[in-house]
Amino acid sequence: MKILVPIKRVIDYNVRVRVKSDHSDVDLANVKMAINPFCEIAVEAAVRLREDGKADEVVAVSVGPKAVQEQLRTALAMGADRAIWVETAEDADLGPLGIAQLLAALVREEQPGLVLLGKQSIDGDNNQVGQMLAGLLGYPQGTFVSGLEVVDEGIEVVREVDGGLQTLALRLPAVITTDLRLNTPRFIRAPDIMKSRRKPIAHTGAEQLGVSPAAGPRLLAVHPPEPRAGGIRVESVGELLERLRQAQVI
Amino acid sequence: MRTLVIAEQDRGRLAPATLNVLGAAGELDGPCDLLVVGHDCAAAIESARVLPGVERVLVADAPVYADRLAENLAELVVAVAPGYSHLLAAASTSGKDLMPRAAALLGVNQVSEVIAVESPARFRRPIYAGNAIATVESDDPVKVLTVRQTAFAAVEPAGGTAEVVELEQVIEAVATRLVGEQLAESERPELTSARVVVSGGRGLGSREGFELVYRLADRLDAAVGASRAAVDAGFVANDLQVGQTGKVVAPELYIALGVSGAIQHLAGMKDSKVVVAINKDPDAPIFEVADYGLVADLFEAVPELIEAL
Ligand SMILES: Cc1cc2nc3c(=O)[nH]c(=O)nc-3n(C[C@H](O)[C@H](O)[C@H](O)COP(=O)(O)OP(=O)(O)OC[C@H]3O[C@@H](n4cnc5c(N)ncnc54)[C@H](O)[C@@H]3O)c2cc1C
Ligand SMILES: Nc1ncnc2c1ncn2[C@@H]1O[C@H](COP(=O)(O)O)[C@@H](O)[C@H]1O
Repeated sequence: MKILVPIKRVIDYNVRVRVKSDHSDVDLANVKMAINPFCEIAVEAAVRLREDGKADEVVAVSVGPKAVQEQLRTALAMGADRAIWVETAEDADLGPLGIAQLLAALVREEQPGLVLLGKQSIDGDNNQVGQMLAGLLGYPQGTFVSGLEVVDEGIEVVREVDGGLQTLALRLPAVITTDLRLNTPRFIRAPDIMKSRRKPIAHTGAEQLGVSPAAGPRLLAVHPPEPRAGGIRVESVGELLERLRQAQVI
Repeated sequence: MRTLVIAEQDRGRLAPATLNVLGAAGELDGPCDLLVVGHDCAAAIESARVLPGVERVLVADAPVYADRLAENLAELVVAVAPGYSHLLAAASTSGKDLMPRAAALLGVNQVSEVIAVESPARFRRPIYAGNAIATVESDDPVKVLTVRQTAFAAVEPAGGTAEVVELEQVIEAVATRLVGEQLAESERPELTSARVVVSGGRGLGSREGFELVYRLADRLDAAVGASRAAVDAGFVANDLQVGQTGKVVAPELYIALGVSGAIQHLAGMKDSKVVVAINKDPDAPIFEVADYGLVADLFEAVPELIEAL
């Protein structure tokens, strides 16, 4: 089985974002970028399935401008066999639907048995692409997954849902999106990076895929959230109780 | 313009979040219908009929809908979508599972986690773990939205007189099957709608240590929450996680015990009215959002607090 893993280049999760003073967007100049944490978990899950003999090829794919090749290299260093860069213009304003349309075309070409995505990108916090891709392809979906097992008839996934956990059996081909507790991604060592340099990154684009991807909703403005009024330090449990009673919350 | 709200129901009980989504729908012009999907949902239909502002309750009650799978539910939503300008659901795990799939089938975008309706086409939503708020506008012929429950007041569950319309379509899920569920049963108030939340972090040290959180919550009739670290360490189950990737809460009172206050955690609780933090590290970032901060060892301070309540 072949596994396709779409990954996204995003701001590193440790960076505190700042809104530009003209409120046009957040400021991404000179900030550390990284592979989206949920996508990293998806790569790890795919590589483990191959190591366990449940899959024979892991293909990482990213949609975006030139810089996304860096994150594709990371996926290759983690163990993906090859990568595909779907190039878009630096200023392309694709939303999740546009991304999903491009990925759907690629899935039709590559015919993977499984597409493993992150559940959410930590920049836009959309939580959409996996579900959209499954819809466009007519595939079953297992979202927010913290456990998975390849079984005879397909794949069983454990989903983290509001009420607890849910187990679904999906027929293949299927789309799965990862939650945080699926695994802990491996540490990349220097030899892995060396090896990844010899792995190929293929190049394609919307035109070659025969897609004119939909634009996302228009971004009109970005503002910092309402700041919280400054609080105080209390010296004792007694003082805390007194304050809470004054504030009439207990 | 006409809005369809996709209700959430579990074994006949309407989810409280549905009332908040109706609150959001009330900010759009035009009439509003409610779609109730499931099996044996007579009780949910009874509760839905009296919701204010709802003109019609569309009902899809069949065994194939019992497991609420995105695969066939999305097709059902697409089948009933014609005629609607807006499709709304809660940004719960089931709304997030269903709505993007339905949007893609309709060939439109989705706007996630809406926290404000500025106009029928213009919405505000948090991005970057709530560190920025985006204003977005959609030209799509039908706007598909998930709504953040805590950002809209719930409608009163009474006073309405909706007409009930049974839907004919029965759509099966062919490639997905529910194997089992492990649902948390709790007598405590529900986390996302509780008036008081007591949350514990890694500072509780162990599953046994976490009992302290439950004891304080019992005193305050509060819901219990947790940080990701506390869930990862196995102190509590995943459904208690508060944050960017867990649940978003905005109670009157949020008490954080042994939680450092990482941005991903703050994303899920910083809209709480009053925040209390107890942490032994005076530099913990949680103090930046706390109205009342107490620098103390929680194993001393919390028993004292319980005693004094
Ligand atoms: C993509 C991504 C998504 C994430 N999503 C979430 C999310 O949704 N929710 C979430 O919570 N986290 C999330 N995280 C994790 C987050 O970054 C933090 O790692 C996590 O919130 C830390 O949990 P904590 O505060 O319990 O643990 P720690 O950061 O280890 O803090 C423990 C605190 O307890 C205090 N303490 C210890 N002992 C005592 C004592 N005896 N008395 C008083 N205080 C004590 C310490 O001073 C410390 O401040 C996410 C991370 C990533 C990368
Ligand atoms: N530009 C992209 N290229 C490849 N995969 C992407 C891209 N954007 C999103 N994805 C995938 O979709 C998941 C969910 O993203 P989102 O719906 O934007 O929150 C991510 O974790 C990725 O797996």
